Order: sequence, then structure tokens, then C-alpha cells
Amino acid sequence: MAADDVYILGIKMTKFGKHPDKDIVDLAAEAAMAALADGGVTMADMQILAAGNLMGRGAIGQAIQKQIGQTGIPVYNVSNACATGATALRTVIMSIKAGESDMGLAVGVEKLAGAGLLGAGGVTKKDKNEWTPEGRYGAIAPIDGRIGTDAMPGTFAQVGMEYGHKYGGASFELFARISEKNHGHSTLNPLAAYTKAMSLDQIMSDVMIAYPNTRSMCSANCDGAAAAVLVSGEKLKTLSDEQRRRAVKVRASILTSDPWQEACQVLPDVNTLTKLAAARAYEQAGVGPEDLDLVELHDCFATAELVHYDNLGLCDEGGAVDFFESGAPFRTGKLPVNVSGGLQSKGHPIAATGIANVWEVCHHLRNEAGDRQIEGARIGLAHVIGLASACGIHILESSGAH
Amino acid sequence: MPSRWLGDGLSDCGNGNACTPIGNVTPVSTETAARIPLVSYLRLEPTPHLVANECTSCGARYFDRRNACASCFATEFRSVDLPTEGELVSFTIVTYAAPGVPVPFVAGVVKCGATSVRGNIVKIAADPEHVKLGMRVRLTTTSLGTDDNGAEGIGFGFEPV
Repeated sequence: MAADDVYILGIKMTKFGKHPDKDIVDLAAEAAMAALADGGVTMADMQILAAGNLMGRGAIGQAIQKQIGQTGIPVYNVSNACATGATALRTVIMSIKAGESDMGLAVGVEKLAGAGLLGAGGVTKKDKNEWTPEGRYGAIAPIDGRIGTDAMPGTFAQVGMEYGHKYGGASFELFARISEKNHGHSTLNPLAAYTKAMSLDQIMSDVMIAYPNTRSMCSANCDGAAAAVLVSGEKLKTLSDEQRRRAVKVRASILTSDPWQEACQVLPDVNTLTKLAAARAYEQAGVGPEDLDLVELHDCFATAELVHYDNLGLCDEGGAVDFFESGAPFRTGKLPVNVSGGLQSKGHPIAATGIANVWEVCHHLRNEAGDRQIEGARIGLAHVIGLASACGIHILESSGAH
Repeated sequence: MPSRWLGDGLSDCGNGNACTPIGNVTPVSTETAARIPLVSYLRLEPTPHLVANECTSCGARYFDRRNACASCFATEFRSVDLPTEGELVSFTIVTYAAPGVPVPFVAGVVKCGATSVRGNIVKIAADPEHVKLGMRVRLTTTSLGTDDNGAEGIGFGFEPV
């Protein structure tokens, strides 16, 4: 029977950081086992598994099954850039909504510690020194560095600079202050890769990677996994009071890709598809940005966080700088953004991120976030975007843990 | 032996035999060496400019080949020349890059007429005191050096007007 309502029954993330003694299967299994235990269920209850891993081996889902339980259920291995985790989550949600299953498991895992610069092309070595046109652009040499930059820090730097050119007010210092906020938030999150507060001066005088993003304004490459158990509303009714009380309702689950835009042919356009996803998510959830108690958004770089205030409708169009200046996105503000510390300090193990940010929101909606609890949080939004491009948004609502 | 050196002097290999040179084969000399653009959408003659594949139906432009227009799904394209001058609408100064990529360099997006173009901003100090959003820039070429055949690779960038 097709389900109208879907809930998160159990959800967990591992500590993000360096895990030299664990491979991706170990990390994924750790998160999956923890999510099952959190939901009070076992692999025997799962009717679908969706698993995401971007940089490693294929068929991660089957490897996870061999690690924690093989029952013959359908496995979907998903890959969708930085939206991979959100896509795994949504795959299970769609299965439940379609009535194919009433309970399922979504897992995202990545090992990225020490991965260095992502997206960069670098040099290809050849035996002979000869200009030979190759590839879709008939290029005779790698274009990274010769025709703009392929690396992520510079790509997202341009995203923020473009916003500044359009609306004004976006300075190096402003972007650094966004980073200062998130590093400050991270001090309360024991699962973050980095939990040290950083001063504005420390951030601005850190190693420049791609102006205006210094090293501490870039997401941290690290290892980690996150997993969630999802359940239909009907099935949830048969479970215990405790399970029902802690369940978090999925009010909206949205995935978009780039609609055609002139400029997105040369610089990824992270704005249009996020605006599209936000509009659809608010419509599906029947809530607006003014109803949100907290937001975890995809701050892969400080320059990205600014534009997503606007893209997610947290401020008026063009008003992202004013929104930040008002203090709203601080944990003490009107609409706290990235109280986990964000990707800049919590870390960004790519395929885990789109479930880990949902975990953060659920943690608050269940009133279990301890020192960093946003008091009275009832509705939250989790956003991820991967190039080029996929955007996932989930809007979540407490079942009444307060 | 590189095929470029052999020019048109090859058999067509259609009979399944190994290719062998036929007729008179002359090595390419440095005097007549070609200038080879970094990418196929950079044209050097009569003066350096960029070309795009434009959808004949809706006017959307692409720097690579498309089976159908990503905007309107039509399948006819024509080659169009782009204006060589434009406005810098975004940039970054890259100081940390993959091995082999010289830094610092300025990467940017230049609006040439209605078309956004990706490229480096060159012939300017790579710092935010000199590179400014909204500045006017124009297309220029840069040498990538010569290969073993004496052919010169030609790149492009945008310089302040």
C-alpha cells in the first residue's frame, strides 16, 4: 500500500575525521548498525537498502550487507556527487511512498582524509611532446589553470564573488566571518572533525587557497559515514510509544538537477536548482522559511553559505549579506544555520554528508542535542548540493519530543 | 613515427595491411609550423576570437558539441563568433592548485555580449587590488610553447581594456 507519510525511525553518524584503521565498509557498517539500534529494529525488518559512496569501490550496498546481514532485499547503489547521501535517503523514501516497502535503510560513506584538492585536473604525462587535440573541446593541454579553474575552492569562490557582483556587500572579511561562525558552532559538536573556535584574524591569515577562500573557509576532507532507517506512517503505528515519540516526520523530500541556464554552461550554477528545490520542498511540506527552527545547508566553502541563505529563501532576494549581518544564522539568532559547525569544521565525507546533515536536524527535533540543542526546535531543513549539479532538500518535523 | 609528420602520405589502410608511406613525404619544417589553438573553440584567423555552437531555434550557445539543445531540445546548430570584449562578472585568484598548474592565476567569468565565457584574466597583477568585479576585459592570446614538431600552442585569456 502506498504510504502518505514517511518517518525517520533511527539515524546516526560516525565521528567525522581520520579513521586510518577502518575502511569504507567498516565505517558504513558502524553507521548502519547504530541507525538500526537507534530505531530499535534489525536487518530482518529492512525491505530495501540504498547506499552511497562516491570515490571508492562500486557495489558498496552489497558489501555493507555482507558486513551486517544478507537477506535478499533490493539494493540500490547511488552516486550523485555531494548529494549522494540525500539521494540514498530519498531512494528509500520513494520506495516506501510507492508501497514497495514499509521500512528501509539508507547509508552514505566516504574516506577522504588527505584527499587534497578535489576536481583539479593537473598534468597528464605523455611520451612525446606534441600538441594533439583531445576530448570534447579539442584541447591540446589540460585546461585546468589555463582556462579558469576546475578545482572546487576556486569554483565556489566564483559562486560567492558572482553574488557579490550582483548584489554588493560581499567582502573577503564577510566570507571569513561566516566561517568564524561555523568554527564557533563546531566547539559544541563532539562528532565534528575540527572542534576549535577560530578568530577572524586566524581565518583571514590562514593559507589562501582560492581568493577569497582560505584553508579554514574550505570544507574539510575527512572520513565518515551516516545511516538512517525510514518507516511508513502505517508501520510506525504498530511500533512502541518510545519509537513513535522519537520518530521524525519527513515533511518534504526533494531532488533537483540543473534546469538550463545560460551561464551554467561555463560556471556551475548552484543557485537555480537550489531555488527550485526549496520552492518544491516548502510546497510539499506546507511550511515556509519562517516556520523553520534550524537549517543545515551545504557550506562546502564560506562563499557557498552566503548564496544559499538567499537560495533557500531565508532572506529576501539579494539580502544574504543583511541576513548574516543581522545575526540570524548564529546559534543564538532568529534562524540558526549550521549549528553542527557545517562542512568547514564538521567535515565533508562526501556521500555521508547528505544523511549526516539530516541527523543533525533530527538530533535537535528529538531534543537530544545536549549542549548545542536549539531549544524548542520542531521543524528543520537539511540541504546539500553536488556539482554539476544535484540538489537534495529534506524538511523534517518533530513527532512531539518536547 | 607521428602521423602529423607523415602528412597525407599514408595509404588508407582499408585493406587491412599495415600503413606505409606512399609518394613524397616531407617533414613539417619549423618555417611552416602550425599555430595550434588550445581548444577548438579558439580561432586564430583572421584575428583571434572564440566561436560557439548556437542553437538555430532558441539561440543557446555551447562550446562543445551537443546532440540536442539543452534549453529547447532542437537539433540544429550554427557556428557563431563571440565578441572579444566583455565584463568580468566573477573571479577567483587561485593560489593552490594541482601539481603542474602554475600559481597564482586569476580565473574568471567574462560576459561577452550575452554569452558567459570562462577564462583566465591575464596581464594583470594577481591580487584583489588590481582585479575588480565589473572591469572591462578583452580577449588576448598567450603562447603555450612549441612541441617537438615546432608547432606553437596558442592559449587565450582576457586582459584589462
